[in-house]
Amino acid sequence: MSHLLKSILMYSISLLLFSNAIAEELEAKGYEIAKRSDHSDRGFSDSVVKLNMVLRNATGKESSRTLEIQTLEAPNDDVGDKSLVIFDSPRDINGTALLSYAKIIDPDDQWLYLPALKRVKRISSTNKSGPFVGSEFAFEDFTSTELNKYSYKWLREETCEEFTCDVVERYPLYENSGYTRQIAWIDQSVYQTRRLDFYDRKDSLLKTLDFKDYREYDDGIWRSHKLSMRNHQTEKSTDLIYSDYEFKTGLNDNDFNKGVLKRAR
Amino acid sequence: MHDKVIFLCCVFIAITIPQAFSYEIEMAGSISIESRWFPHKAQFPDQFNGAQNSIALEPEWDVQINNNHLLSFIPFARLDARDNRRTHADIREAYWLNIQDDWELLIGVNREFWGVTESRHLVNIINQIDQVENIDEEDFLGQPMINLAIQRDYGRFSFFILPYFRERTFPGEDGRLRSALVVRENNVDYESSAEEWHTDAAFRYSHYIGDWDIGLSYFYGTGREPTLLPNATETRLIPRYDIINQAGLDLQYTYEEWLWKFEGIIREGQGDTFAATVAGFEYTFFQAFDSNADIGFLVEHLYDGRDKTGAPQTILENDLFLGMRYTFNDVQDTSVLAGTIIDLEDESYSVRVEGERRLGDTFKLELEGQLFANTRSTSNTASVKDDDFITVRLSKFF
Repeated sequence: MSHLLKSILMYSISLLLFSNAIAEELEAKGYEIAKRSDHSDRGFSDSVVKLNMVLRNATGKESSRTLEIQTLEAPNDDVGDKSLVIFDSPRDINGTALLSYAKIIDPDDQWLYLPALKRVKRISSTNKSGPFVGSEFAFEDFTSTELNKYSYKWLREETCEEFTCDVVERYPLYENSGYTRQIAWIDQSVYQTRRLDFYDRKDSLLKTLDFKDYREYDDGIWRSHKLSMRNHQTEKSTDLIYSDYEFKTGLNDNDFNKGVLKRAR
Repeated sequence: MHDKVIFLCCVFIAITIPQAFSYEIEMAGSISIESRWFPHKAQFPDQFNGAQNSIALEPEWDVQINNNHLLSFIPFARLDARDNRRTHADIREAYWLNIQDDWELLIGVNREFWGVTESRHLVNIINQIDQVENIDEEDFLGQPMINLAIQRDYGRFSFFILPYFRERTFPGEDGRLRSALVVRENNVDYESSAEEWHTDAAFRYSHYIGDWDIGLSYFYGTGREPTLLPNATETRLIPRYDIINQAGLDLQYTYEEWLWKFEGIIREGQGDTFAATVAGFEYTFFQAFDSNADIGFLVEHLYDGRDKTGAPQTILENDLFLGMRYTFNDVQDTSVLAGTIIDLEDESYSVRVEGERRLGDTFKLELEGQLFANTRSTSNTASVKDDDFITVRLSKFF
């Protein structure tokens, strides 16, 4: 082997190793930033909040849904939160309730309560990318965002409104996602997500979610009170307006059981 | 008269108690107008022809006190222009529920639904069917009960004491969708000498293990399903309610787009002990054809091995149910469910289509169509063979 060929080979190998090392470093950095953001939320234990969803079509016509969400924090990163969503309006679905046990990689366990027949129905949670109650939020956008549902890559640092943000790309590890990737802007001061871009299965920009009106509760628990989702492909949008947050209300596993669905109000 | 007194008492309680304690009452409910149109001429002389218009009211009051007491009151009334028996009132719910961390105690009138299948609700037994409302057996009369439910990590145990029995409702002389002879009301036969005051008891265990949901149930008491026997002059059918023992099992296995379902019962007390089952699946194509809509396919086999003479008759001895559900997932929650039940022995079948859509924020429009086809004179559906119908229902929710 000629000397030249040998050096080219050596050079290529080291470049490959080096770029691999860089890629790994970017992944590790992305994961750390996501973890810091996720863990800033640790210890909220449980929450109860009222939600007003405002759905807007391309011509600006509005309709709304009001609901209550109860959440029970998971004990660690290996299991997901439990949640109970109870509809108040539109009035024809008043009392309809959805109980979810979020999983990390496996499909969530979900039960739907239909008040007309007083029937509790276990439903398939394969439908990750389907619309949640006709809104621009897919089921996967709405159920709890667990750290280990994604792999990460740090992209860059840039200013986002009044903050400096880390821009982190994340890739769903669970099956049936409607997205190839998402890009998150996470601020460096209180580690909250400020913006999220969603890329569809064809890898074109589908939606942007803006997180506004963050308020701090006990122990550095931050909650955005206005989430605005814009669909770039259909021009439709959905706002989630949260109010009356309560934490540590004393909810426990017995409050997140399929037996309680029929008395959820 | 008796009904009226109960009704007024409950209204009084619902209004006065919350005021005395000054708790906020939450109100909900609906009012609906309905037109049910029968295109074919009636088979029996007294039955009406054409449209059957009616109006129904079902308000709902809830009071929650300190997160561990819940009062619920849901009266119901329908005024029907054609069938005086379909003009009826009921108390669907009127109960007090005491909620503790791992147990609950309910006293009063309530509705309790068990089961997983779509074409028939075999395991469901606590409430009597309000048959005049609709033939799909999904409307129920309120049942007085004491219900204790205990929640453990390994499942929910629910115990019922049912002190009073409710008779099934049937269409009157003028009504469509009835047997050749009208079913007698009030003066019915009971196996128990205590008649409607026989104390029934029931138990249910329900839980989930991974992708499996399981329910085990047991009922002892006056069976909700009557045996209909002609009187001496053969002018009326007299319902006979027997004391039965019934064990039930319902199972669902949920895997990706598949829901596999099974319901089975064993009943003793009506002729020979018999078993009945419903088994099948529901498969859903989510976001079908690159749209937001979901299309589900349902297949269920129905078997019923009951005694032909000693037990109430059923039309579902060996039948196949095929159905399709189209859910648009749009802002107006539009959905269509179409299904057929085919009798595998005499090849008669029925078809049912149900569609619904919200109008604006508070109205809902529903359409129902029902067709009986290929009915033989010996079929159990022979008396309703000319009773195909279309229902249009507009409801206002508040």
